[in-house]
Amino acid sequence: MSKLVLKNVSRRYGAVEAVADFSLELQKGEFVSLLGPSGCGKTTTLRMIAGFAPPSAGTIEMDGQQISSPSGVVPPERRRMSMIFQSYAIWPNMTVGQNVGFGLQVRKMSRAEIDRRVDAILDVVQMRSLKGRYPSELSGGQQQRVALARAIVVEPEVLLLDEPLSNLDANLREEMRFEIRRLHDEFKITTVYVTHDQSEAMVTSDRIVVMNKGRIEQIDAPHVLYGRPRSRFVAGFIGRTNFLEGTRNGSDVRFDGFTTPASAVEGASGTGELLYSLRPQAVGLTGQKPTGPGLAVEAEITDRAYLGEYWDYQARPLGGAKAIRVSTAPTQIFEVGSHVWLEIDPAAMVRVE
Amino acid sequence: MAESSTEASPAAIPRAGRWDSSWLLWAAIIAILLILVVSPFVYLVLTSFQAERTGDFTLSNYATAYGRARYIDALFNSLQLGAGAALLAGVFAIPLAWGVARTDMPGRGLTRMLVLATFITPPYTGAVAWILLAGPNAGWLNRFYILVTGAEAGPFNIYSFTGLVVVIALYSFPYIFIFTTAALELVSSEMEDAANILGAGTWRTMRRVTLPLALPAILGGLIICFLEAIALFASPAMIAIPARFNVVTTQLYQFFGNPVRVEVAAAYAMPLLGVTVLLIVVQRLITSRKGFATLTGKGGERRPIHLGPWRWAMFGYAMLVASLSVFLPYIFLVQSSLAKAWGRGFSLDNITLRNFNFVLFEHATAAKSVINSFLYAGAAATAAVLITLGIAYIVTRRLVPFAEVLGFLCVAPFVIPGVVLAIGFYAAYAPPPLSLYGTALILILAFTTRFLPIGYVNASAALRSLNPEMEEAVRVLGGSRMVALRRVVAPLLKRSLLGAWLLIFIPATRELSSAIFLYGPNTKVASVMIFDMSEEGNFEYLSALALILQVLTLPLLYIGQRALGRDFMLRRAAAT
Repeated sequence: MSKLVLKNVSRRYGAVEAVADFSLELQKGEFVSLLGPSGCGKTTTLRMIAGFAPPSAGTIEMDGQQISSPSGVVPPERRRMSMIFQSYAIWPNMTVGQNVGFGLQVRKMSRAEIDRRVDAILDVVQMRSLKGRYPSELSGGQQQRVALARAIVVEPEVLLLDEPLSNLDANLREEMRFEIRRLHDEFKITTVYVTHDQSEAMVTSDRIVVMNKGRIEQIDAPHVLYGRPRSRFVAGFIGRTNFLEGTRNGSDVRFDGFTTPASAVEGASGTGELLYSLRPQAVGLTGQKPTGPGLAVEAEITDRAYLGEYWDYQARPLGGAKAIRVSTAPTQIFEVGSHVWLEIDPAAMVRVE
Repeated sequence: MAESSTEASPAAIPRAGRWDSSWLLWAAIIAILLILVVSPFVYLVLTSFQAERTGDFTLSNYATAYGRARYIDALFNSLQLGAGAALLAGVFAIPLAWGVARTDMPGRGLTRMLVLATFITPPYTGAVAWILLAGPNAGWLNRFYILVTGAEAGPFNIYSFTGLVVVIALYSFPYIFIFTTAALELVSSEMEDAANILGAGTWRTMRRVTLPLALPAILGGLIICFLEAIALFASPAMIAIPARFNVVTTQLYQFFGNPVRVEVAAAYAMPLLGVTVLLIVVQRLITSRKGFATLTGKGGERRPIHLGPWRWAMFGYAMLVASLSVFLPYIFLVQSSLAKAWGRGFSLDNITLRNFNFVLFEHATAAKSVINSFLYAGAAATAAVLITLGIAYIVTRRLVPFAEVLGFLCVAPFVIPGVVLAIGFYAAYAPPPLSLYGTALILILAFTTRFLPIGYVNASAALRSLNPEMEEAVRVLGGSRMVALRRVVAPLLKRSLLGAWLLIFIPATRELSSAIFLYGPNTKVASVMIFDMSEEGNFEYLSALALILQVLTLPLLYIGQRALGRDFMLRRAAAT
């Protein structure tokens, strides 16, 4: 049975629909991210799961029991969940040990048992030596670890994280991503993680829910999302991409500057606008005409940028109007204005809506 | 660990939608607020339209209240008094504020301290001291003048309109000082530098940049001073009545004399209430206007302006003002409190501790009145802090619909002068079945109501600084809202709440204008005791009692400064 089920959940604030018709099932032990730009409804969804806000429509169930519906919600304190907040919400009037032990104390555990568990979890997050400190004496990263320990020590049914890394500096953020995933692998707690940072979501998650304007755009594993985006929004939001518009012409599809047989690209027989996403990494760039199986398109370099880890080229197919973005290894150097060949694998072109 | 997942019937939500136990508490707090604020106000208005005894609708109270020329004169006297006192207070306060906030004047810390000393001197204590100083014949200033010039009589007469204006201005100028320094401290040196670099000199910069930025605050302070002056009861009662003129508050007091004509008093209180409401609205509009210094915020460092030799002139002016408000009054209060007869002056054989002994141990009610003051003030401060914390919590967390109305009710007493509030309380709770007149309870309720605004401003500022996620973290870990309040909110707000408590407690121990209408034989408070002694002319006992009250305040002030910083009284009063 699914651990957590959201069925057609909506949330309105006056005339504004913050979340619309949101459905999601989480398996036990699964790590799912809600990813989207600010204002897409991801935090609202998380707060509905936590019980801080009732849904305007739809229901939420945990272990088959309804915990939220428009007619009433089980209050947060009775959901046996825990949550990590954007501000960490470490209580400054309590020491690290008292912060972490709070949830156990509320659960009326014995002093000795609380001590034992607090010590154990502080070992896991490498904070044992700071048990007696007050939060004001801790760095941001250390506070983050306390927040993690405090949330995990109660062995929650579901762990909720609300942009937990947004207040950390870049290096620490990268480190904590792996830390969060490591803790998940160790404790196997069903987790919902809210973020606007795609790489955070990709490192940590089993599946990612991409949200936009209160609606779900796509739910998939990270590599599927990247490789097979279903909508223009997802393709543009996750990584960089080229959008190519095609028109059907007999048995061919004609793009800006090149043509391919309709049978070679996916979905070309369907109706409607033919819009394709083509990742810059999926395009080859060579000085001579390529001999591989892909389409060879003659082009001119119109712009370039060196980013250390790769070159970011803009190459305009001869006879086309719009340049295509191509990423190459840092060793592949072409001057602006030089003639090159693009190698496009039609199978790498993903049709999006 | 799954909770009995066998009973998987989605329709039955076991504990969903149930009432949180804390809801009971919210309901109680709201009910208390209705009792404290709404009902006295409603009764005030109703009573003004009711005939005595029968309670029938009538307009005759208004006819009586405004039916005589001298009643009308009292209204105009009040307006003139307010305007005069506010302007004079501005003359005292504005140079001091500028000197302290923006210049290298020496003794800036000392000046602040002396303003604080002025601020915590009750107006009636100041008035008494000035009767000692400027009484027509025996006043010390007159005697000194006669001694020096050899003239027949001294020029000073406290028992005059001018005398009253001076005394009130001297003890209300801290309001303007507080407002103005707060605004000046927000004008960054960079703004002045910008004017300098475009060619403006120090004075032009001050005139064109600094002062305009502080002007709304200055006007706000003047308005508060004006309102303070027209609402004051004690000083006019001690000075205007002997000088044979009346102001609104003393006239109200006479309507309350034998027999009590509360209906007429209620009708007569309306202009005072109306003017206050109107001016508070104006003050809020002025200070909330865009371009006011507080809105430009924290920007940049501030360097003091170098005054050169003029800094000693500034210092001299500050000390002159302080002499009038602190040094001279306290010197002669101490002299009088230690004298067998104050008029006999400073000779050694005139010194005695008898007055203190008498006030503390022999007088039938004096010691008890001090205890009463502290008990009632303590109860009122505690009640006001708890109620306003509750309301501020309801408002900031939006626990009930229309929560803003509750917040408004909490600050509403700010626009009700103490005298008017007391009449409302009398009208609401003196008649049977409650018959609370003269009880400790009615005094505590009135004090609580009077100081709700201070409590609310502080409580809501404290709560706004508290991230709601702090509480949500408690709840998500299994603690109820009450646990969150007890374990997290209360400990985190401890300091601010202590500050709010002191800010209410200290003025509540001196509160006279509402107490004078509500006390009974067993519930006399120190301020009323002092007022009675002044009517009897017992200035030696009175000075002793007033000084005892002041000395008892000092430890509280010390605690407040330790907990919240040196200028907590001044800084926080500005927020109200």
